[in-house]
Amino acid sequence: MIENHISLLLVVIPLIAAPIAAILPWGRASWMLTLVVTSACFVLAGLQLWAVVHNGAISYELGGWAPPWGIEYRIDALNALVALIVSAIAAITVPYALLSAEKEIPKQQIPLFYSAFLLCFAGLLGITQTGDIFNVFVFLEISSLSSYALISLGQRRQALTSAYQYLIMGTLGATFFLIGVGLIYAQTGTLNMMDLAQRLPEVTSLKTVHTGFAFIMIGFALKLALFPLHLWLPNAYTYAPTVITVFLAATATKVALYVMLRILFTVFPDGFVSVTPTGDLFLLSGIAGVLTASVYAIYQMNVKRLLAYSSVAQIGYMAMGIGFASFKGVTATIIHLFNHALMKGALFMAVGAIIYRIGACRMDNIEGLGRQMPWTFGAIVIAGLSLIGVPGTAGFISKWYLVLAALEQQAWLSVGVILFGSLLAVVYMGKVIEALYFKPASEANLSVKEAPILLLAPTWVLVFANIYFGLNAEFTVGIAEHAARALGVAAK
Amino acid sequence: MDFVLGHYNYWIAIFLMMVGFYTVISRGNLVKKIVGLNVFQVSVFLLYISIGTVTGGAAPIITQGIKLYSNPLPHVLILTAIVVGVATTALGLALVVRIKEAYGTIEEDEIHEQDHSL
Amino acid sequence: MIDIIIDITLLAFLAITAVAIVRLTNLLAIVMLFGIFSFLSATLFVVMDAVDVAFTEAAVGAGISTVLMLATIALTKDHEEKKYSSHRPWLPLAVVIATGAALVYGTLDIPAFGDPESPAQKHVATYYIEKAMPETGVPNIVTAVLASYRGYDTLGEVVVILTAGIAVLLLIGDNCPKSIARNHMQEGLKGKEIAHNLILRIASKTLIPLIILFALYVQFHGDYGPGGGFQAGVIMSSAIILYALVYGLDGAERVIPSTILRLLASLGVIIYAGVGVVTLLLGGNYLDYSVLADTQIAGQHLGILLVELGVGMTVFSIMLIIFFAFAGRGRP
Repeated sequence: MIENHISLLLVVIPLIAAPIAAILPWGRASWMLTLVVTSACFVLAGLQLWAVVHNGAISYELGGWAPPWGIEYRIDALNALVALIVSAIAAITVPYALLSAEKEIPKQQIPLFYSAFLLCFAGLLGITQTGDIFNVFVFLEISSLSSYALISLGQRRQALTSAYQYLIMGTLGATFFLIGVGLIYAQTGTLNMMDLAQRLPEVTSLKTVHTGFAFIMIGFALKLALFPLHLWLPNAYTYAPTVITVFLAATATKVALYVMLRILFTVFPDGFVSVTPTGDLFLLSGIAGVLTASVYAIYQMNVKRLLAYSSVAQIGYMAMGIGFASFKGVTATIIHLFNHALMKGALFMAVGAIIYRIGACRMDNIEGLGRQMPWTFGAIVIAGLSLIGVPGTAGFISKWYLVLAALEQQAWLSVGVILFGSLLAVVYMGKVIEALYFKPASEANLSVKEAPILLLAPTWVLVFANIYFGLNAEFTVGIAEHAARALGVAAK
Repeated sequence: MDFVLGHYNYWIAIFLMMVGFYTVISRGNLVKKIVGLNVFQVSVFLLYISIGTVTGGAAPIITQGIKLYSNPLPHVLILTAIVVGVATTALGLALVVRIKEAYGTIEEDEIHEQDHSL
Repeated sequence: MIDIIIDITLLAFLAITAVAIVRLTNLLAIVMLFGIFSFLSATLFVVMDAVDVAFTEAAVGAGISTVLMLATIALTKDHEEKKYSSHRPWLPLAVVIATGAALVYGTLDIPAFGDPESPAQKHVATYYIEKAMPETGVPNIVTAVLASYRGYDTLGEVVVILTAGIAVLLLIGDNCPKSIARNHMQEGLKGKEIAHNLILRIASKTLIPLIILFALYVQFHGDYGPGGGFQAGVIMSSAIILYALVYGLDGAERVIPSTILRLLASLGVIIYAGVGVVTLLLGGNYLDYSVLADTQIAGQHLGILLVELGVGMTVFSIMLIIFFAFAGRGRP
């Protein structure tokens, strides 16, 4: 019985667990429940990906109503992969959360904290699984509202203003999306994505559809923090509790990017991206994002903030892949989507381990800590090399395929930007490593001990993943190509 | 003239949306921004309901003898959106209360001044 | 013709209210105007035959949202600083004009307002109008679509409400760091003078049972007329809010302790999601109510009744949790 309902259970299990976690009286019990739920979802997402790759796309009719009358879950290789990323990161983050959250969140609030975490998790999975464009909006709001609340729990008061800023930008984005959906509905009469894909080719010349498309894109560009709509992201990632930064950095933007890919290539007819200026705009935004955000990253004094700017730059690479509007470009975007989750997850976790020990992560606080915390330092070095794109790490695979996609179109400027971006990454990661290892440790830092194993183990799982997927790209590339085909991007 | 009569509803909804949107991005008072956000959203609801209106149609509750009904689907979508809207408002206002407690002000500029001086 | 006149008049009022909201600096006035704005749009929804939407907008937008905004300004301050109100006015104006122009461009070839032949009115909408009654046995098509065809959206919506409740508890619940300052709303809610006002006491004692009765009617009559769990939950919570206003917050919290509210809120979501799990166990798809009883119509009826009950419970308790959190903030 279960095998028919995997796609549904993946979302409904955390959805039911969230209200239960909220009324449990002990923090540890809520944590246990969250751990069990996220691990179960990880297994289910793995099974789902296996099923999709071997038996083709899954369609699940919610309420037993056939689409487009009812809501449909529709899963192909792309959203199966994204669901796997989200649940894998969640399953790795929760063990890490036990100590980190107990240190940063007041004890009485822990049950509600895990409840909100589960809601955010369920919301992200719900966006990923659905084949109905309005259902995207509903689950988007579940994940957004819970992430505003989670971000606001950071220890400094700036967490409150960052959460407020994100709430305003996020709600504007969601409302833009809503406007876009309304306009497209006015010309097609349907909300189901597959049904839209059938009906849209007849009406793509209409102004209403163009405007609707633009509003949907801008709405999600805000959620994705696509340059220059990224202004909320650095603050939110800097001031959120560590666990939340890890989880959101590795998943939330990936899900937003997934929705964009789905609408660009599945819902709208193939070629729409290249006929309209959409492709060029993505390329432009990507290039500007990589350059500007990387330079900003160099000047940051707070390591979390530095990594946040680096995230904006990495989103830029993914946008460039979309901009090429080719099979290779989209494949590269999907590969980087996967790999970036691994490297940023590992980096934010390692920085979180430092925060766990000394309560801060400014450049001048962390001097010399690399020698006191060798495992944490090792994680930062390896994940940093992956971020730069050194051969033997996952990041190299991303950059390699992205460069191939650019070369295919003889986009020399783009190739230059990708390589120069890596150079800038060497500079900003170098700054962190310099402070950690080559600067003399202060009095206080000399007595700092290595982070507890409960923080190190999840970090190193991700670090090993960075090495494994760097040496063995078969899985990533195979699935990414499968996903790009499922999206409907024509292979040239 | 027919074109204007057929479209003025959308245009006024758009005007209202833009007034709300302008309030959100131009004002520095945190409560006023939330009010602006609400105006923006309610106006989007007007756009949706306008899309679903049928001249001469009845409210979509099946009654004997009536053949023409308004489109029920936008109504359902907007019911959902209204609830989402109030949820966002509650959360936003709770944040405003906490910001006031932490900073002693709800003006964006004064908050920025304080954070830079830290 | 008369429709058009009413329509244009209401739209004009809306435009005036909206512009006044931007221009004023007195937050109290702004919030009251927003209440009016919301109420006017509810009226317009009735003119456009969207009765369920109108009902909800009046209860939620003009009711709950306005109350929460009032509570917030009571806790913060009631004036916008004029000196900050118009810094860098050109950039926002340019963004807004560009956005508005794009939208107007998008409406140039949109089907005319009220056109029964437009694409939006065909396809899925036609299916609902023709088939909702025979397939679900519910005359109110909005309820049928909301609770059955798109019942999963509605589950999501209840979860959104739950999320808001949890978020507000995390931010300004009992366990959060408290401010010491007392505030005027608290003075009002302590309500020595109000509680001793004979007229208010008698009026509220008569009103509260009527409100609860009306809420129950809205809850269970949603299949046949406008209404359903959302509206009922909001109305029911307004009865308790009225009680709190007259008899003080402590009195209201004695009537419904916050632990009970939390349980109810979670239980509502679990009932809704649980109906789906039951349909799974009975061999149907998630939320396929048809397997709940012998005939499809009976199953649909039972399913819709149960999920609306879950909706009502969660909305009722979360609205109160949120109200109590705002009202209780700053309690010494």
